[in-house]
This record gives sequence, C-alpha cells and structure tokens, in this order.
Amino acid sequence: MVAKKPADRPNASKEDLLKYYREMLLIRRFEEKAGQLYGMGLIGGFCHLYIGQEAVVVGLEAVAKDGDKRITSYRDHGHMLACGMDPKGVMAELTGRSGGYSKGKGGSMHMFSKDRHFYGGHGIVGAQVPLGAGLAFADKYLGNDNVTFTYFGDGAANQGQVYETYNMAELWNLPVVFVIENNQYAMGTSMKRSTKSPSMWERGAAYGIQGEAVDGMDVLAVKAAGEKAVATCRAGDGPYILEMMTYRYRGHSMSDPAKYRTREEVDKMRSEKDAIDHVRDLLLQGGLASEDDLKTIDKDIKARVNEAAEFAKDSPEPPLADLWTDIYA
Amino acid sequence: MATEVLMPALSPTMEEGTLAKWLVKEGDKVKSGQILAEIETDKATMEFEAVDDGIIGTLLIAEGSAGVKVNTPIATLLEDGEAAPTAPRAAPAAAKPAAPASDAAPMAAPAIATAPPAPVAAKGWPHADLPEGPTKTMTVREALREAMAEEMRRDPNVFLMGEEVGEYQGAYKISQGLLDEFGAKRVVDTPITEHGFAGIAVGASWGGLRPIVEFMTFNFAMQAIDHIINSAAKTLYMSGGQMGSPMVFRGPNGAAARVGAQHSQDYAAWYSAIPGLKVCMPYSAADAKGLLKTAIRDPNPVIFLENEILYGRSFEVPTDPDFTIPLGKASILREGSDVTIVSFSIGLTYALQAAEILAKDGISAEVVNLRTLRPIDYDTVLASVMKTNRCVTVEEGFPVGSIGDHLASTIMQRAFDHLDAPVVTCTGKDVPMPYAANLEKLALTTTAEVVAAVKSVCYR
Ligand SMILES: Cc1ncc(C[n+]2csc(CCOP(=O)(O)OP(=O)(O)O)c2C)c(N)n1
Ligand SMILES: [Mg+2]
Repeated sequence: MVAKKPADRPNASKEDLLKYYREMLLIRRFEEKAGQLYGMGLIGGFCHLYIGQEAVVVGLEAVAKDGDKRITSYRDHGHMLACGMDPKGVMAELTGRSGGYSKGKGGSMHMFSKDRHFYGGHGIVGAQVPLGAGLAFADKYLGNDNVTFTYFGDGAANQGQVYETYNMAELWNLPVVFVIENNQYAMGTSMKRSTKSPSMWERGAAYGIQGEAVDGMDVLAVKAAGEKAVATCRAGDGPYILEMMTYRYRGHSMSDPAKYRTREEVDKMRSEKDAIDHVRDLLLQGGLASEDDLKTIDKDIKARVNEAAEFAKDSPEPPLADLWTDIYA
Repeated sequence: MATEVLMPALSPTMEEGTLAKWLVKEGDKVKSGQILAEIETDKATMEFEAVDDGIIGTLLIAEGSAGVKVNTPIATLLEDGEAAPTAPRAAPAAAKPAAPASDAAPMAAPAIATAPPAPVAAKGWPHADLPEGPTKTMTVREALREAMAEEMRRDPNVFLMGEEVGEYQGAYKISQGLLDEFGAKRVVDTPITEHGFAGIAVGASWGGLRPIVEFMTFNFAMQAIDHIINSAAKTLYMSGGQMGSPMVFRGPNGAAARVGAQHSQDYAAWYSAIPGLKVCMPYSAADAKGLLKTAIRDPNPVIFLENEILYGRSFEVPTDPDFTIPLGKASILREGSDVTIVSFSIGLTYALQAAEILAKDGISAEVVNLRTLRPIDYDTVLASVMKTNRCVTVEEGFPVGSIGDHLASTIMQRAFDHLDAPVVTCTGKDVPMPYAANLEKLALTTTAEVVAAVKSVCYR
C-alpha cells in the first residue's frame, strides 16, 4: 500500500467531504453496533463486517446516478447504507425481524431493495459476478445508460464464473463496473497464497477489458477512478475493472481465528491508512470543519445507529404464516 | 456508569467458550476496537474486541476459565474518571477451570487437537450398534480427523484438498493438525474455486491417487456438482469399466444455525439419486470414523455428508485400529416392536428423543440408523417394518423426492401386506430456509412432529 495521503489540496468541496465523512462514519458505527448485537445473541448465523473498507462504497456511490444498480457478496451492510437504504430496515433484517428488508427471512447475507436498486447480498462466493453482468445486460437491452456496480472479493476473483463473465461482458460491451474489493484476505487465505497473478485487475486484459488498481482507503481516489469507469460504461465502452486496494480490520465473520495475520499488521493499517481519519484530517487541516462540527456529526450518527438498533430489537419476529409466503410469485 | 462486558457469541452454534487469555488488565484504558481477550470455542480461537471506549474495572472471569456461557458478565467497563468499585471478584458458578494446555496454544497445533474445549457429552445416547470391545469417548470432529489421519498413514496416495484445510486448520477444524503431520504436499489449500479443484481431484483419482475433497460446506459443492456427477460418477460406466474415480467428497451438509437459505440445505436425496455415487451420512462418532475409513478405501466416488451441529457431540468409538463400517449396512440404534423409525444423521436426534418419549406412552419404537444412503440397506428396513408393521421416516431435507419418499415407495412395493398404516415421512418444510429464528425452527422437523407421526401410524 502507498503511504498515507497528504492532507493538502483535496479535489472535493467542503460539502462533499462532509458528506463522505458522514456516510463512512455511519457504516463504521453501524457495523460496530452490529458486532455488539451479535455478541449479545440478537444477530445469528454469519455476520461479515465492512469496517475498514468504507471508502470503497462511499466513493463509488458518489458517482452513481439514479437508476444505477449494485450487487455484492455477503459483506453487504456498507453497500446498503451507502446506496441510501434505511439503517433501521437493514439492522432489523440482521436481527431477523419483520421490519427487515427481507421481512426477516434473508438475514445479513441475503438482503435486497428493488427500490434502491440493490440486488443483494449473495452467500455463494463469486455468484454475484455473472448476476451483475446480467443486470447490465438488461440495461443495455432496454437502451438506457445505467451502470451496474458488481462488487466481489479477492477470493471470489478466483472463481471460474468470473472469467466466463469477463469474456461475455467484453464481447457484448456490457455497462458493468467490476469492483474487486481486494482486502488482501479470503477468510484466512492471503492473496499470495491463492494466486501468482501480480494483480487482479490485469487479468481482465486477457479478455480486452480495461481497468486499474486504486487506493481503496482514499475516498477521493476511489471517486476519481469511479468517474472514469462510469463514463466509459455510459459511453457504451464497458465493462471496466476497478481493483480497490483495501483492508478489513475485523475478522472474516464474527467467528475468526485471527491467526493468519499479525495484530501489528492490522494496527498499522488502522493507524496509517484509515479512510475516515483521512477525510477527518482533510476537513480539520483544510479549515473546513472544526472539532466541534465533527463531534456534532459523530453524535448524530450515533443517535441514528442507536435508533436503528432499537428498531431492530423492537420490531416483532415475522408472523409464523410468513414461512409459507414468497415462495412463488 | 459501569457497563458489563458480556461473554460474546462468536459463531452461529456457540453456547459457551473458554476465556483463554486476557489481553488487558484492570485499570487499563481501552478504545473501541481494541482486543480485550482471546476466547476459544470448539471451532477456533477468537479475538474479542471492545465496542466502547472506557477503563477496565473488574475482570470478573479468570483467564483459563472454561464453560463460560454466552452472555455471562466477564468484566466491567468504566467511563473515564469513574472509580473502580471495591467489590471482591466473584467467580461465577458457570465457570470452571479449563484443562491445562488449552489456553494460549498456537494454532498450528496438535496441542489444540489433544485438548478440545469441553464438548457437550452425549450421555445416555444409545450405542447399541457398536461391536464388542473397548471404546473411547470422542467427538464426531475428532473421529473424522482420526479416520483421515489413519488412512493417510496407511496409503501414501491419499491426500486432502480444499479451502482452508491446511494453514487455517479447517474451517470447521476437522483437518486440525493434518498439515503438521503430512505436509503441504498431502494437505492442499486451494483457492475458492470449487468447480476447478473438484475437477482437478477427479483427474487425480484417474491418475492413480485417492483424493479426499473437503467442501467448506456442501452448499458450495453446487459449484462443483457437474464434476461430481458427470465426471466422477459416470466415468467408470462410460469407459466400460476401465477407469473409475476412487475418491471422497466430504464436508458439512444441511442446516447449521441461522445461516439462511443459501447455506442451509440437505443434499442427501440429491446425491442419493445418482448411480455411480455412494453416499454416507454418519450420525455418531463411531459412524463417522468407521464409514469414512471405508469410504476412503472404496474404489468409487463417495459423497460423505457430515453435520456441523453434530461435530461437537461425543460418542463412544471402538479403539480397535481395524474398526470400519461397511457401506450399505444400516444399524439398529434401539430395538422396539410397535413402530419402525428410520432416520440418518441429525434426524436421529429427533428419532431417538421421540422413541424415549413414546416409550413413556407405552409405544415401543425401533430406531434404524441408515448410515449409508446409497447403497441403501433395504433388508434391514424391511425386516424391521415386517416386525413392527408401521414406519415413520425422519430427515431434514425437502419433502419432495425425499429419502423417506423413496423408502415409503419401496416398503409399499415389497412389504405392502405387512403394513398396518401408511408410511409417514417427517421432513424439513417445503420452503427455502428462513433466517428469522422463529421461522427457522418451524422449517426444520422436530421431535414433536416425529412423536405425532408415530402416534398417527399407531392410531393413538
Ligand atoms: C462458493 C463458495 N465457496 C466458499 C464459501 C465460503 N466462504 C465465504 S466467504 C469466503 C472468502 C471470500 O473472500 P473474498 O472473496 O476475498 O471476500 P471478503 O470476505 O474478503 O470480502 C469463503 C471461502 C462460499 N460462501 N461460497
Ligand atoms: Mg477478501
């Protein structure tokens, strides 16, 4: 990873920076709360936190327009919050309650919002990649200029279906941005132990797909790369690959042996590369916000997250009859 | 105000754990995200992080305590400036000292392998189907590991491959210690490419090796199912008997707990439908050990369907190093005269509990453990049904085209005149697995349903 970004000359307005700060902080605090509720037994099953990777979705959502679509893996809470889904509905799905986005039937890994064009939430590693290309296929077919953001991990990037998809996506110039969230680990397997490819995005070259690696801990770099990718796709020259170099601070899921990397490695990332601290520095050092301004935002976000948690605890379990609904249209 | 830090639930099936190590002391200032302690479950060692900033007040549970129930207060967290209460440290009754050597053991560790944190003892579970001779108590997890290790020692061409089987010591810790003993040549970590490595393993079996493919769970084997069926199962036939695929595909199958529709499916009936495959589905640790050893030696592709919830349960296992269980042989776990309950894998927990309850109502149930689903032991099932004249089947899979359906049809065709009632099948519900706790419970079959089914076939 590159060294910490200098805090000078941000290519974003004060309003933009404050917005990114707020959105990233919402994800972080939401995830911390989810971890807490899991420990209390209110959330069950698998729960994969997004802490550390916030700049990726916030930077890309900054270049999305109405009608654009997104699809991702089970590590999906951040994507949902960033595309404007209600924290209450997301948290209530985590607790398996009727107020959740899937009425409690999907859980952390399987959530959707047709309304916000969020197409899941997929538990099978790599499966979302052809599905995302299919969404883009539909947009192209229908003749609009929407783009689909298809997110997947460095581990998922080894699944065969990714390359079948690359081939067809380029063959048909589908408006899809493949976003590889390279957090350097697939469960306990570091990228070095799963491939000898020097980089993930360059694999697209074999199919004629353009792309680049991006500092995924820098929301402004993410946004800049996203602008280019999206413009390419809207112009009919898709697909495009963005390999986001990022890092997850927490375990793979709540249950993680934490033995495949050192505590020092995690601490170093947190202290030197943290995406939220970066924007915080830009705001403070640029004189764009005061400590007090940021404290107010912090308080605000905490209140929103607490409200979501309360909602998720109070929302009733789904009625038993729901076991039999939604199986056929 | 001081808040209590509670023993966290760190995995879908965790109920208690060992507080292996405190990484903070009383009076330490901590930040949210800071690691407070290391906690061990039977699956893994995990780091437990602070959720709030504050100062550690009292450490309520001593380092090394085992059997700490989820949600037990383990420490107090004070806000900045708050004084620590002077209350003496109370050791909650729930906590008991851990076996030595279980804490702070390194992960790459035969050390852990020899000291699994207190498994739930399955006391009182019948072991009626064990051969004569000495036994020892072991978990299903240990039994599977021992079977693989013994077979790898016996035959240098047996090797294990799959995701996280080596350095990580197995996603569910089945392969713990195997990398240490057998090295990276024989314990092969793969990328996440089920279709790819399943195909490579089938090819390796044609090339003279005996692969054991571990799927992290059988849900992910759907990515590989083409190679399992079209390549592994059919080649012996298509080659006119020239080349088969001597290999095992194994891993956890069926519902775990709260992991939702894509991670909770029972494939028993799917694979059992395929000629060319053999299918094992162990219930006890003895089943696991005896069947897996036979499966590894078998010259055919064997699907070995394990169950995550059973991994931590303990059973008696014969110590005889030559102990194996033949494929295609069911066992009688409990003898009875009024009704036959046929089941396999975790379905037997419901079947056995039901038999116990029914005995109190004066109904004597015979419980058949199928152990192998292909070939299926029709003779044992039919003999039992001809004795009791009634049959109920129990499984977790979907109802349509279930193993129970197949047995019902066979019993109807071969023992119609012996039946005093229609065969009733207890299965999972005909819905994808819901996430919500209340709906998940409803989607699975239950002991109460088995009791009700038995009463209905007994007209009681
Ligand atoms: C087909 C399939 N194989 C295995 C798994 C188990 N599994 C879940 S997440 C994961 C690691 C994926 O890593 P990566 O793609 O890098 O995403 P990250 O978790 O880092 O976001 C594995 C092996 C699965 N869910 N699906
Ligand atoms: Mg990853």
